[in-house]
Amino acid sequence: MKTIAVEETVVKRKLTFGQWMNTDTVAGYVFALPFIVGFLAMMAVPMLLSFYYSFTDFNMLTSPTFIGFDNYVRMWNDMRFRNSVSVTFRFVFFSVPVRLVFGLMLAYVLTRKTKGVHFYRSIYYLPTLIGGSIAVALVWGQLFQNQGVINVMLGAFGLDGVNWFGNPNNALWPLIFMSVWQFGSSMIIFAAGLKDIPETYYEAAEIDGANKWRIFFSITIPCLTPIILYNLVMQTIAAFMTFTQAFIITGGGPADSTNFLALYIYNHAFNWFNMGYASAMSWVLLTMVGVSTAFIMWTSKKWTFYANE
Amino acid sequence: MANKRNFYKVLYHVLVVFFGFIMVYPVLWMISGSLKTNLEIATGALTLVPRYWLWENFVNGWQGFAGITFSTFFGNSLYLSIFTTIGTVISCSLVAYSLSRIRFRGRSVIFTLMLSTMMIPAQVILIPQFIIFHRLGLVGTFVPLILPSFFGAAFFIFLMMQFMVSIPKELDEAAIVDGCNKYTVFTRIIFPLLKPALVTTAIIQFYWAWDNFLGPLIYLNNPRQFTVSLALRMFADTASVTDFGAMFAMSTLSLIPVFVMFLLFNKQLVDGISTMGLKG
Repeated sequence: MKTIAVEETVVKRKLTFGQWMNTDTVAGYVFALPFIVGFLAMMAVPMLLSFYYSFTDFNMLTSPTFIGFDNYVRMWNDMRFRNSVSVTFRFVFFSVPVRLVFGLMLAYVLTRKTKGVHFYRSIYYLPTLIGGSIAVALVWGQLFQNQGVINVMLGAFGLDGVNWFGNPNNALWPLIFMSVWQFGSSMIIFAAGLKDIPETYYEAAEIDGANKWRIFFSITIPCLTPIILYNLVMQTIAAFMTFTQAFIITGGGPADSTNFLALYIYNHAFNWFNMGYASAMSWVLLTMVGVSTAFIMWTSKKWTFYANE
Repeated sequence: MANKRNFYKVLYHVLVVFFGFIMVYPVLWMISGSLKTNLEIATGALTLVPRYWLWENFVNGWQGFAGITFSTFFGNSLYLSIFTTIGTVISCSLVAYSLSRIRFRGRSVIFTLMLSTMMIPAQVILIPQFIIFHRLGLVGTFVPLILPSFFGAAFFIFLMMQFMVSIPKELDEAAIVDGCNKYTVFTRIIFPLLKPALVTTAIIQFYWAWDNFLGPLIYLNNPRQFTVSLALRMFADTASVTDFGAMFAMSTLSLIPVFVMFLLFNKQLVDGISTMGLKG
């Protein structure tokens, strides 16, 4: 390292501009420039600003006034905020694990070397592909109307229809179903992981006389744990950020029963222009995501298995 | 024994098809809804075959709102998606090249920062970004939606770095012997060979931009600039009586670019998703 540095300073005097541009350091920074500028302008500065705003009262019309921890105290006493935290956690808690179970199940079932697996996988991936669109959110809202398809189907089985969006106890469920319906990307990631499990493991287990269930739980699952961890973390982060579905389908109602934190922050920021309060809440959201991720990582030491250990 | 095995095989396919049908049913229902009457949609008709084939839904839907037709909305979405895709492909390939091919001081710091941005949810920096763009007088223009893509996105930089590993270093060295410098190595060797990763990036980015809702929702306020997503939302928003048929017709059209890309580039999409999962 030292000799290189010395060499550079010695050589530097003789360099033409073209040669100077071609040195590792200069060329490296030139090529990395988009990211460096973007990181500073679009990430670092905004994050610092947002941290500062979280201690201010700021409505965009007048300049921000520093108010210390008032926003955080306000949050503590804001029942709508507390409720939205609990709604968000409930959503994450119910949607993420079920989504992963479905993803894993389908990846396992569709990995067999049967004909048409590619076609089947595409079919099961389709909802994920288009699931984030407004079009699908609008359709989903229609499916769960009082006289909608879901209630008609329930009726066909002799069951009573459910007042999905009129009753605060029910409104979260269609959103959870919608999230579970989109298990496609975790399915694809699991499928790629399944392909990487060495065939010899299975052969050895078969020779030992293990049955299919035993093989699944003693070989497949342990080998997949790093991928389960990855999916769990990524899906949890994404679930905490859920916004569009609630915004389009329920608008957060009824009685705030689907008022996800991301939606509540959006309303404070862009409808009521409480930028300071919204910034403070977004920091709390970031902390919640960070703590949840750290918690998952911490527990993962006990349940993940790495083949090379 | 053979009979039993065949039976299970058939059962397997029947079950997979059955559940697959349930999975795509809502999508099929939307497509068929684009040809149904409002009454038929609102009363939850399960059938996928419309009673009367109402092609007018497409004509009515295309009229849009307040004299602005869906030609404008589709044009805006296309414009935004194309430019963000160009920006992403260029910026990410540059950054990936520097991080994977050039040894410079600070490289590992930049690499770590880049990976860490993947974990920071976009929504947290949305508010300060909005305030900055507001100060710059750029709210109500396409700039806040397009500009960030020219700064590179961690997901795609990482994807391209993974791919660059498979391009032999000997090629760079040979090119340098032949008189190339670091810039022409990029333009003549790396960029052309990176094509498969560029295609994957372009597809996923185009699709994300096409689907993007929160960005346009915050930054665009003139209906003439609205994207398809924003326009679709107006169906549920404006009229007191929603024209469901027209809404479904336009919803169906809005998904066509995504369907087409999915059919044409299925392999690249799947590769992109699984690369991220395995090597992340």
